[in-house]
Amino acid sequence: MSFSVTSELKNGIAQFTLVGELDAAAAGTFREAIEQAAASQPKRVVLIMNELTYMASAGLRTLVFAKQKMGASVDIYVVGVQEPVRETLEMTGFQYSVVMLDTYNAAEIENI
Amino acid sequence: MDRVDIYPTHEYQGYKFRPGKPFPFGATSVPGGVNFSIYSSHAADCTLVLFDKGQPQPKVEIRFPDAFRIGNVWSMIVFDLDYENTEYGYRVDGPFSPEEGHRFDPSKILLDPYARAIGGRDVWAVQPNWNDAYQHRGRLVYDDFDWDEDHPLETPMEDLVIYEAHVRSFTRHPSSGVKFPGTFAGIREKIGYLKELGINCLELMPIYEFDEWENGKVHPDTGEQLFNYWGYSTLGFFAPKAGYAAMGKLGMQVDEFKALVKELHRNGIEVFLDVVFNHTAEGNEQGPYISFKGIDNKTYYMLTPEGYYFNFSGTGNTLNCNNPVVRNMVLDCLRYWASEYHIDGFRFDLASILGRAPSGAPLSNPPLLESLAFDPILAKCKLIAEAWDAGGLYQVGSFPAYGRWAEWNGKYRDGVRKFLKGEAGMVGDMAQRLTGSPDMYSTRGPTASINFVTAHDGFTLNDLVSYNDKHNEANGEGNRDGGNDNESWNCGWEGPTDDPGINALRRRQLKNALALLLVSQGVPMILMGDEVARTQYGNNNAYNHDSELTWFDWGLVEANADLGRFASKLIAFRHAHHVLRNRWHLSGQDLTGSGYPDISWHGTTAGQPDWSGSSRTLAFMLSGKNARGGATQDDFIYVAMNTHWDSHWFGPPQLPEGMRWHVFANTGVASPEDAWTPGQEPRLEDQSGLTVGERSVVIMVGR
Repeated sequence: MSFSVTSELKNGIAQFTLVGELDAAAAGTFREAIEQAAASQPKRVVLIMNELTYMASAGLRTLVFAKQKMGASVDIYVVGVQEPVRETLEMTGFQYSVVMLDTYNAAEIENI
Repeated sequence: MDRVDIYPTHEYQGYKFRPGKPFPFGATSVPGGVNFSIYSSHAADCTLVLFDKGQPQPKVEIRFPDAFRIGNVWSMIVFDLDYENTEYGYRVDGPFSPEEGHRFDPSKILLDPYARAIGGRDVWAVQPNWNDAYQHRGRLVYDDFDWDEDHPLETPMEDLVIYEAHVRSFTRHPSSGVKFPGTFAGIREKIGYLKELGINCLELMPIYEFDEWENGKVHPDTGEQLFNYWGYSTLGFFAPKAGYAAMGKLGMQVDEFKALVKELHRNGIEVFLDVVFNHTAEGNEQGPYISFKGIDNKTYYMLTPEGYYFNFSGTGNTLNCNNPVVRNMVLDCLRYWASEYHIDGFRFDLASILGRAPSGAPLSNPPLLESLAFDPILAKCKLIAEAWDAGGLYQVGSFPAYGRWAEWNGKYRDGVRKFLKGEAGMVGDMAQRLTGSPDMYSTRGPTASINFVTAHDGFTLNDLVSYNDKHNEANGEGNRDGGNDNESWNCGWEGPTDDPGINALRRRQLKNALALLLVSQGVPMILMGDEVARTQYGNNNAYNHDSELTWFDWGLVEANADLGRFASKLIAFRHAHHVLRNRWHLSGQDLTGSGYPDISWHGTTAGQPDWSGSSRTLAFMLSGKNARGGATQDDFIYVAMNTHWDSHWFGPPQLPEGMRWHVFANTGVASPEDAWTPGQEPRLEDQSGLTVGERSVVIMVGR
């Protein structure tokens, strides 16, 4: 299954919706989207993953890249991960670097 | 400005490439491609073989043009490879003349000795495709793990409490309750248990990629599939075992193992690897071509003048560790694990082989051991030798140490075992073992001594007190394998029993062993599960079982909670008291003018140790005023040991004015009064002494 990413920047929140399989071939696309968003210095990154079915090592690295590119002060929210992707994030310890949520409610997060 | 050497100069069958960089060896990510570099001292020709992951046939074979070789190194950058879907190997051509040591065969596809991940056994014990001509395949890895602030912990050697475990055995049992049993990820779920126990160093039995199917066979009587379970047979020295990773099926074992190391470090636990540089999985002249044999046989292996394999390892071949080329590979390997995986220390299996010359003769000044001791990247790593080999070299106490190397102290194991089972005439030996074996390590300090009563090789602690003889029938070798010099004692019945008296004695002996181990100077090592009486049913060499025989039954944590509690209290006691963790040998003198020697020896009467050949009682006192040479203050500690079958009254020495004796542990009384939380010990009722029960140990603290 091919990969697609859509992004929007609203109120300083960069939100990406990831669909399909994030493997080595797709990682470049996502990386470019991250770089573009980083240029506008968002205060938060939200990754909607409800429809992401697979994440390979290269995909994981793009998340690490996002974290490093945005800087330590920018929180990253990973939302709605499916089980196989969740396992990948957990087994590799990446879940400690992000906030994992089942659903995302911007207003709620704002009050945390 | 872009570099000018990141563009292809050559093309073959649609694959673009250019001359590579000899350094670093192996397959390394570079801008736009992958740099492949391999060396052979005797090869004439080399071809890179590329596969799509799992495919039986190569997708392309690119012969290294002559211009791509510098010295004995062939290197090439191949562009636009699918990093996650590529497997690689080499064909290497040269003379086939075994009598000269050469076994080149270009029909074989060979694994890169520097491969950082190896495919082919991605999921534990899944039947491989035996028809595949290339069984163990080099893979490409990302080495850009996100370590955050992590780095090796550099815990002082004297403060370590080591826990030796097998990755799969630790959590494979259904009772472990982890999400991915038997994996690196499984261990991560049990870090809380390790912390509660109190250990601060996890020593993992081999995790370098090995083939669990090597020498696999079906037990002739039981029909059970037997494996190369322990993994002391390396395929590749740079690759973690995929089958130990829940993510191995996705090729992410590197990330998963690094995540485990990072999390253990976050919890204050160091990670040691048991490394096997004495031989490889290629066996002797009858064994398969996997890697070294076809790449540079004469360099990698110790060969007889006729070209046969020396067998100092007992497994068919012997790695030629003091050949300069192999030496560098070992050094590269350890540097890689220390820097890329943040490994804190290494335990070298059959390390005496590392001190043999290419001819097999022991060297007085082995360059490999010296190189490791003085290497800048390994400078803070702990180096531990199993100081013997299967060729008859036994160097416990005399391993070339260069001020760095510690040893598995086999004499500690044997001495404590004999003493515990009540053998007479052991008190003199015990005085050495309890104080870090100064008779063996006079200039090296007590931290040269890794103290252990049990290890993976031999009985578990429970079995040490439950069996007189080994029971290895399940191994399929007619009970001939495994050691016979166990110094074990079954306490009156061979194996499990309902006899409450025998069971009580066994429980006391388990606690006695833990108590002695944790009050000894040196570095204690506990075998996985011994803290809750794990059994292997008398099997003292369970190297080929992937079954309940080897798995840690977590039901024991509850069933034997009293023993687990005792162990964790003992470990906490050790951590609480500097006097138990000296960096330098005790002198028996009062070098600080405190009025007390740093250690004093006693018998049932203070100041009168019984060193006679019939003695089974011994006591010692450590002066808190002399902790670490007087550099710090601690409580006084008094340990009374009675391995006699009768109880004895022990009178401890006089404490400084105002201090009183408190009983920290007494293996002769029932839980929970067998051990107390350090600092909360009850005061000894009669300060003049106490009765130490038959076969019991008492530990008191003076404050």
